[in-house]
Amino acid sequence: MMKQMTLKKKKSLMGLTFLSPWIIGFIVFTAFPLFYSLFLSFQQVKITPNGIQTEFVKFENYMYAFTVDSQFTQVLLTFLRELLISTPIIIVFSLIIALLLNQPIRMKGFFRTVFFLPVIIASGPVITDLMEQDVTSIPSIEEYALFATFLSSTDGFINTVLTYLMDNLIIILWYSGVQILIFLAALQKTDRQIYEAAKIDGASNWECFWKVTLPTLYPMIIVNLIYTIVTYSIFALNPVVDHIQSNMFEVSTGFGYASALSWVYFLVIALVLAIGVGTMAVRGNKKYR
Amino acid sequence: MLDTKLSSVQRKKADKYFSKMKSFLLGVQGNNGFLFKICVYGLLIVIGFVYLFPIIYMSSYSFKSLEDLLNPLISWIPSTFYMENYEVAYRVLDLFPTLIETLYVTVIPSLAQTAVAAVIGYGFARFEFPFKKILFGLVLVTFIIPPQVLLIPRYVFFNEMELIGSILSFLLPALFGQGLNSAIFILIFYQFFRMIPKALEEAAHLDGAGNFRIFLTIAIPMAVPAIIISFLFSFVWYWNETALASLYFGNELTTLPIELGKFNATFDQMYTGDTEADNINEGISMAGTMLSILPLLIVYFFTQRWFVEGVDRSGITGE
Repeated sequence: MMKQMTLKKKKSLMGLTFLSPWIIGFIVFTAFPLFYSLFLSFQQVKITPNGIQTEFVKFENYMYAFTVDSQFTQVLLTFLRELLISTPIIIVFSLIIALLLNQPIRMKGFFRTVFFLPVIIASGPVITDLMEQDVTSIPSIEEYALFATFLSSTDGFINTVLTYLMDNLIIILWYSGVQILIFLAALQKTDRQIYEAAKIDGASNWECFWKVTLPTLYPMIIVNLIYTIVTYSIFALNPVVDHIQSNMFEVSTGFGYASALSWVYFLVIALVLAIGVGTMAVRGNKKYR
Repeated sequence: MLDTKLSSVQRKKADKYFSKMKSFLLGVQGNNGFLFKICVYGLLIVIGFVYLFPIIYMSSYSFKSLEDLLNPLISWIPSTFYMENYEVAYRVLDLFPTLIETLYVTVIPSLAQTAVAAVIGYGFARFEFPFKKILFGLVLVTFIIPPQVLLIPRYVFFNEMELIGSILSFLLPALFGQGLNSAIFILIFYQFFRMIPKALEEAAHLDGAGNFRIFLTIAIPMAVPAIIISFLFSFVWYWNETALASLYFGNELTTLPIELGKFNATFDQMYTGDTEADNINEGISMAGTMLSILPLLIVYFFTQRWFVEGVDRSGITGE
């Protein structure tokens, strides 16, 4: 008995040894900075030759962000709107592509290579360059009269949504490289026999998709949802990220204010994630369990 | 009598043709018919073209001279292969020194990140210890914390240690499992080590090998696919990271994407007052973009199998 205990202890000690780099790193590079930036967000930070001086200002930074700094609320709202439009598109699109690639076709490898390519090259400056050249929209779709009349006849909100979509469609689709592969990997692991059984029972392809494919993919949809929201919100071209970084080195605002902004941003992303994953999980439970 | 017999034979024949046609076009199982295949290929090709459109555009424009750019008759194929754009872009980007610097600041942190993720993933996969679930949860939580929240304190910290402008500002977090998307790599190794059977390690244990020796001589050689995948992804993500890099590296170090971001400014600096090429044009800036992604394209060309199959093999979808 005694010996077993020590063996168990030894094992757990060994495990913690393997984990020790992460534990140290987490404390030094993540946990401490997290609290430090929370602390800074309640301070007015001044950089002096003797180091950093802070002065407690209560919620002033946060108040400033939502009342005076109209640019921040604006970019935040734009970001939220774009996130809400893009995420479903990315997920549905990558699901469709994964379903197409899962068919028995030739050149599967080639198509997978094509659809993953954007992940390799999509850095901020490359995308900025491409956007400047106007190649990120579907080629010349706005020149079609039908589309133009449709745009002019719709009201403000739908109009902005559509214009945004048309202007950035390729970039939005470019976000889906990893998601396609995750869906594809999950699809290839689904048991063929389930489909055969469903077919024998007289299910059509359409029914198979809704009753068999989608429920088995459900966990992966949640994984992709998280992945999409996170990568979308930390991308270098994100206007909110840009705003935070530009405020960092501004004399009038500085580190304290930028910290407050980054915390607001963090909470917003966490909220979006919680709502998104929460609703998906609840719906999944209701429907498929 | 004969008439009806004949017609029934004919009808049977027609039926047979009809069903043959039907199975050819629509397929027996619903997903191997001709029409269905046409649809799948058609969709894939059209979407693939839209996907690649910016890259095709980029490579086409990078070979266009100023005359070609202005000529409305020339849309896709330039009249001559005009290499001047690339020469200018090459000089503006200062390609080879920048490339070497980029490799220096991406390869080393990626290697460190991969190695450390392997150690941590192994620890999670093979040992039981208190608070394991909480620690694993924290690993996953680090994925959703945006780098911007940690940016300022880390910047202050690195500034204090005088690490701004040094590769250590990238390397140190990577070495402690807090680099770019470290959580994903830990997860990959965790899943991978859980998939491979324990038997060999247990046998070595009975033979008296220590845990570290088992890890280095048995687990690591088996984890080669996970190592390659993690390194490649890590490499690409570090390469494409510009927001953090430009802040941490200051003016000391630079990467190709950062130089691309400053392309226009550098160009203006180099060519002011030059009569021949005093204005930047689309061709030159596309050539610059092309040059900056070319190294990654070459890497991708040789390793795409790993990228594409990587997600399958890493078992991220769970077993």
